[in-house]
Amino acid sequence: MEFFITFIQVLDSTIRLATPLLLACLAGLYSERAGIFDIGLEGKMLMAAFFSAAVAAVTGSVWLGLLAGIASSLVLSGLHGLASITFRGNQLISGVAINFLAAGMTVLVAQSWFEQGGRTPSLFGGGRFTPINFPFAESLSGVPIIGPIYSELLSGHSILVYIAFLMVPATWWVLYRTRFGLRLRAVGENPAAVDTAGVSVVGLRYAAVAICGVLCGIAGAYLATALQAGFVKDMTAGRGFIALAALIFAKWRPWHAMGACLLFGLLQAIALRFQNIDLGGVVIPVQVMDALPYVLTVVILAGFVGKAVPPRAGGEPYVKER
Amino acid sequence: MEKMPKWADVVLIPLISLILAAILSALVILAIGENPIEAVKLMVTGALGSTYGWGYTLYYATNFMFTGLAVAVAFHARMFNIGGEGQAMLGGLGVAMVCLYIPWPHWSIALLAACAGSMLFGAAWAAIPAYLQAKRGSHIVITTIMFNFIAAAFLNYVLVNLMRPPGAQDPSSARFPEAVHLPTFQSMFSTAENVVFKGTPVNITFFIAVLACFVVWALIWRTRLGYEIRSYGKTETGAVYAGISPVRITIIAMLISGALAGLMAINNVMGEAERLVLNATEGAGFIGIAVALMGRSHPFGVFLAAILFGFLYQGGAELAFWTSIPRELIVVIQALVILFTGALDNMVRMPLEKLFLSLRKGAQ
Repeated sequence: MEFFITFIQVLDSTIRLATPLLLACLAGLYSERAGIFDIGLEGKMLMAAFFSAAVAAVTGSVWLGLLAGIASSLVLSGLHGLASITFRGNQLISGVAINFLAAGMTVLVAQSWFEQGGRTPSLFGGGRFTPINFPFAESLSGVPIIGPIYSELLSGHSILVYIAFLMVPATWWVLYRTRFGLRLRAVGENPAAVDTAGVSVVGLRYAAVAICGVLCGIAGAYLATALQAGFVKDMTAGRGFIALAALIFAKWRPWHAMGACLLFGLLQAIALRFQNIDLGGVVIPVQVMDALPYVLTVVILAGFVGKAVPPRAGGEPYVKER
Repeated sequence: MEKMPKWADVVLIPLISLILAAILSALVILAIGENPIEAVKLMVTGALGSTYGWGYTLYYATNFMFTGLAVAVAFHARMFNIGGEGQAMLGGLGVAMVCLYIPWPHWSIALLAACAGSMLFGAAWAAIPAYLQAKRGSHIVITTIMFNFIAAAFLNYVLVNLMRPPGAQDPSSARFPEAVHLPTFQSMFSTAENVVFKGTPVNITFFIAVLACFVVWALIWRTRLGYEIRSYGKTETGAVYAGISPVRITIIAMLISGALAGLMAINNVMGEAERLVLNATEGAGFIGIAVALMGRSHPFGVFLAAILFGFLYQGGAELAFWTSIPRELIVVIQALVILFTGALDNMVRMPLEKLFLSLRKGAQ
């Protein structure tokens, strides 16, 4: 029973830790499926984390915070679109610039507004997303096996967690069952064909980049207002890159993205709880857990375990022929 | 026909991009309620007004020359090596092993060995992404990003579990022995009555960095290998037709790039800290991207851009010391430089090209 409780607790924290990864991963999925590489997920999350926490701290309303987070992330998305779609610049370099812009600006503005060493005041009350408890969660918790699963694992997360996991079927439906999704995928594979069909390549790509901005915004807001209570410097801590890794691991498919994010979330949860793991003589150091998502992604990229082929027109600016 | 004269491409566009980045930075400083002109004055006096300021400016510039050259060499082969940070971290491990485990009679021999060690480790860390790019087509940008994180975890493990002296608290190696301490500018240029560069970390590695600029220039423009790297970077199909092997060039260019990034460790690990600490690179690997972009991937441009960023780093530290502007201002400036000289290059280039075309038509 002791073991079971620990098991449920680790899974519970897996879900919490997988949520920002999943939102950012799906954000990258829209963008990259449309042919715009985005290594700026990290920066957009960080920017949204700061502005959501700052606005929530000032107004006391977490919903206004969420909106501010999404708006700030959208501004960076717009910049990425301007650089990589309108001015046909290098999408990777633009992503790098966005990451640095966010890393610098968040601390700069935080210091200027709150003067607390680059952090926001701690959020409390209406400034945070509170857990949603499912009906009967309290009374069912005594039931063996099913009780803890229902009341600990499924119930008691913030609304953003449920939104993140609902986004998976939603993304699948949009990409594979709507006209917009077909065009979005087409523009990432063969933009010239989409252009010939009379559909705006530029419009579609901006739409994809905007969706990416909204999802990154929610991911950042989740970090600062639900997972933790306030913004601290560099709080994304590489999550944007783990999401990127998960996206490649999932080979740019929504359901697989959820699987990859849950796996990487589990690794984080285990690293958080156990530090060094002793497997009867062989000790797995905590650093192995830290490095594992990246190692797995390199292995997948290397094509030794199935090949990860990115969208064909990814990273290439589209130049209309005259 | 060229759309623009060469001087416009080499001088005018970077200059305009830099001015745009400077204007935006000034607006940022204004927005957080400080005076940009005062800030620039403070930065100039703090970084260039004394040999003390210059000592730090040149120390930072040395780091950025190595990482800038690393990114530039990869750029010539049309590859984006984001992994300079990880390669420099591993270079530090190479330096630490050379300095700690072998007793050296004199710093000059130790320096040569440490150069070799850092280059070997840096190149080795670049070798796997290079191989995967060349043989398996795995995107070098993604793999080098992943390798940065793996390097950080690996170094963390090595420092905590293997290199930390018994009883020590913080995860860092033991101090290097006295014999391998590099001569600093202070010891080289001070006279009995006039002490210059007092207490600053700038050391003999600066000259190695300048030498590296020359060597890279000669390699890229004066050797057969450099010619092959450049032609592969310009057109892959053309290079293949000329009998140049893409696999060979990809791997060699990345090995050189990794070795240059690794060399940075001579400066920050052997020259400054004199032991290996966690996060010794402090983001210098990423600044190399901005430096290479601004320097147009030319070693002389990289040299100038590295000095500029060295000035920004030292000036930024002074600003943080004397005003309420945090050091992160430098990160913002760095982001703006990367944005304007890299991603938004066409925003400046397109109108200029139109201007030069219309001027030429007018002249005819």
